[in-house]
Amino acid sequence: MGDAFAGAAWLVLAGDAVLLGIVQLSLQVSLSAVFFASLLALPVGAAIALYHFPGRGAVIVLLNALMGLPPVVAGLLVYLMLSRAGPLGSLGLLFTPAAMVVVQALLIFPIVAALTRQMVSDLWDEYHEQLTSLGTSRLRAIPTLLWDGRFSLVTTLLAGFGRATAEVGAVLIVGGNIAGVTRVMTTSIALETSKGNLELALALGAILMTLTLLINAMAFGVGELAKRRYE
Amino acid sequence: MRRRILGALVGLFLAASVPADDQKFITLASTTSTEHSGLFEFIVPIFQAQTGISVRVVAVGTGQALAIGCNGDADAVLVHAPAAEQQFVADGCGIDRRAVMFNDFVVVGPKDDPAGVLGADTVAEGFERIAQAKAPFASRGDDSGTHKKELLLWADVGIKPTGAWYRELGAGMGAALNTAAAMQAYTLADRATWLSFSNRQGLSIVFQGDQALHNPYSSILVNPNRHPVKVDLARVWHDWLVSEAGQTAISQYQLNGHQLFTPN
Repeated sequence: MGDAFAGAAWLVLAGDAVLLGIVQLSLQVSLSAVFFASLLALPVGAAIALYHFPGRGAVIVLLNALMGLPPVVAGLLVYLMLSRAGPLGSLGLLFTPAAMVVVQALLIFPIVAALTRQMVSDLWDEYHEQLTSLGTSRLRAIPTLLWDGRFSLVTTLLAGFGRATAEVGAVLIVGGNIAGVTRVMTTSIALETSKGNLELALALGAILMTLTLLINAMAFGVGELAKRRYE
Repeated sequence: MRRRILGALVGLFLAASVPADDQKFITLASTTSTEHSGLFEFIVPIFQAQTGISVRVVAVGTGQALAIGCNGDADAVLVHAPAAEQQFVADGCGIDRRAVMFNDFVVVGPKDDPAGVLGADTVAEGFERIAQAKAPFASRGDDSGTHKKELLLWADVGIKPTGAWYRELGAGMGAALNTAAAMQAYTLADRATWLSFSNRQGLSIVFQGDQALHNPYSSILVNPNRHPVKVDLARVWHDWLVSEAGQTAISQYQLNGHQLFTPN
């Protein structure tokens, strides 16, 4: 057991090109997915919090429920869309990193939108008298409240990022786990497990956990620094 | 400041999300046995050096590989389930099926062999003994080539495997071997995956060498009249596999001193 860990640690320290490529692709895909999903999910979540429209309750319930969208179902849906036999087949995106970004963004969107909605809702309850007395429209209030809640939003984005890096079912279906092209950390771990290389698989898992820990620590550190500056 | 950071982030993610790739490549849907055994890692670089075409392998069960091919999401398939392959061609999903290589299946089980499969003369007899002893048997249950073969073997001895001893896993070969090792169950495995599998615990081969365990692999081109696949590049690969260069490469692949696939 110790040997495999030492071996995997050595691969990282020695800058093994294949392993570093896999780590890099994992981070690129998941960070891109968080970025694109949030671009849409932050304003949508805030808008649902501030505007009242028919069916709003149903939309909130749906968003909350979709936080539990099984990755394998998301993978299957995106596969059917991107397959040459499907509606978007001509784009040729299946079995590319772009397809993996799409499916992870689909998984992240409801999480970021639902948590943002809740946060903005709470802030609006607190500040809406103040904001309306200043003549701020609901539309203008969206960026204001998002900016005001930015420290909580970091946690929301980390939840989305965690969802993306942790899942294997969706990227396996739309990425195909192609060596050097769409192989990421989780699909490598699944592959090594099925080869019976359990120690190597566990060691890769430890690397993934360490990376996640580092990213969370960085986000925490940046948040603390920023808070201090604004207080 | 805020805007500049945001701008930098946008640039970074756009640049990072889709790596540029103008290299010539084909997508091949194949089985887990060929990928996990390391065969592609060995022969694809040889093929690429000779032709300049890289091969992106999507390794899944034969059933899923054929489905991916039929949807036009791969340019060629390399699989091992003769009946399903014929159906694939008959349905118009693929063209020009060719025999490429073969190896064999082995029956794997616990070393102490509670069902006494070691004394069997044929694989049929071995399967009968497992069923009679109601010894745990792990079935792939995933419509893969190996699963189809296992069902054929049960049908040949006229046994409908049901009951608590027969466990359908719905898993790939490696995962099924992991599970069989944990349950000390019998299972049917292709020799290539078995030889490259490292978590054997108490498992070993309990039966091998019957003609009924022959395991042929075929290459089939995805029908270019159905989907805009890269048929020209795929044909280079298809031809190479059965050419002298390809057949030599296949025969040269060894793992721990064992040749895993025999070219046709």
